[in-house]
Amino acid sequence: MKLTLKIWRQKNAETKGKLVDYPIDGIEGDMSFLEMLDVLNEELIIKDEEPVAFDHDCREGICGSCSLQINGEAHGPDRLITTCQLHMRMFNDGDTIYIEPFRATAFPVIKDLIVDRSSFDRIQHTGGFISVNTSGNTIDANTIPINKYDADTAFEAAICIGCGACVASCKNSSAMLFVGAKVSQFALLPQGKIEATDRVLNMVKQMDEEGFGNCTNTGACEVECPKGISLENIARMNREYLSASLKR
Amino acid sequence: MSGIFNSSIGRKFAMALSAFFLMIFLLQHFAINSLSVLSPNEFNNVSHFMGTNWLVQYIFQPILIFGVIFHFVMGFVLEIRNRNARKISYVKNNGNANSTWMSRNMIWSGLVILAFLGLHFYDFWLPEINTKYIEGNMTGLLPDGNYRYFEELQHKFVDVWRVALYCISFVFLSLHLLHGFKSAFQSIGAKSIFTDWLNKLSIAYAIILPAGFVMIALYHYFNH
Repeated sequence: MKLTLKIWRQKNAETKGKLVDYPIDGIEGDMSFLEMLDVLNEELIIKDEEPVAFDHDCREGICGSCSLQINGEAHGPDRLITTCQLHMRMFNDGDTIYIEPFRATAFPVIKDLIVDRSSFDRIQHTGGFISVNTSGNTIDANTIPINKYDADTAFEAAICIGCGACVASCKNSSAMLFVGAKVSQFALLPQGKIEATDRVLNMVKQMDEEGFGNCTNTGACEVECPKGISLENIARMNREYLSASLKR
Repeated sequence: MSGIFNSSIGRKFAMALSAFFLMIFLLQHFAINSLSVLSPNEFNNVSHFMGTNWLVQYIFQPILIFGVIFHFVMGFVLEIRNRNARKISYVKNNGNANSTWMSRNMIWSGLVILAFLGLHFYDFWLPEINTKYIEGNMTGLLPDGNYRYFEELQHKFVDVWRVALYCISFVFLSLHLLHGFKSAFQSIGAKSIFTDWLNKLSIAYAIILPAGFVMIALYHYFNH
């Protein structure tokens, strides 16, 4: 497969970036998107050029590190996958592929396609936890009866890998699907009730301080989310927030 | 509680509340306009009541004007904040792959509706204020002793260009409502068990109501 790659190159956060064209040949349909970039980087290294910097770690859709905007979509044209799970068979010979970093003021570019998503970590630090005694006398969570629907819904929220595709896809760069998932996974379980009020208030406050936009319910985040996190989590966060605000 | 409206969720909530208020007002406006087709006499009676009742004029009308201004100002504030949340745009963005045109362009459909409101105020509200509160004529009567409201309404729909502008504006109102209706429910945290029901209601409201306004405008154009 012969392709033309238009890749965003940016030396660091302070410099301006631009798209650079890279023709590439010999790409197989069974290659993953990241393997295709590996091939490109090997060619660049041989030519003594700077390889393209991109984030990756597990390469099996778990870690959420790979974060590329491919042809205008987070993680590319396929659904319910991360960039590392995207295969080149999704493209045709002769295609031009635009590859850009996830763009948001709260996700500044570090280099080329790598962005700083530590804003998500800071949101997590303000409330993404529960108080459990782990000093040797921890009570088995399974001893607490939990409604099956709530357990399943909490799990569906908890599978969010924090990749940032929701922010990248949203026209407003809103992080509400991410925060909604993190709030929901605890709000639905008895262990999460103790800090419920503080959690939602603090996480939303931090989200706003990080400079993420306001959700306008376009639903783009849900469509592009590699884990299929539902918009229902945003509605639940809204309920939790309004209820918590009334308690304060 | 004090900080709620300074938060992103609080602003969404306020936007949704003003949207609900305006959607209820639209229903009431449509009901009264429908009378102009069904019974001109009743339309005159209700218009006179609405135009002279102190509760409507001095309580509801200012609340309505505040609601309209609030909705538009908040819409612009959110748009500016959201644009600041992504200062560098994507070179290639495939929005059609994950969202509807209506949901991505609420600001533009809203601006068309705002322009329409300017025309609508110029056509009806300003002359009404002039007649009642500047000229001091609160009778609502024409020299022949009949109420003036129905005749004034029909007079506005003589010009084909004005009718066309009204119809185009209602198409944009429909596009705005197609996203705005269900979005408002999502913003107040409506549970997913209502999603299907809300989607159907949203489509019905967003199409039937603007279509009804278009029919009324066309009816008066062809029957004046």
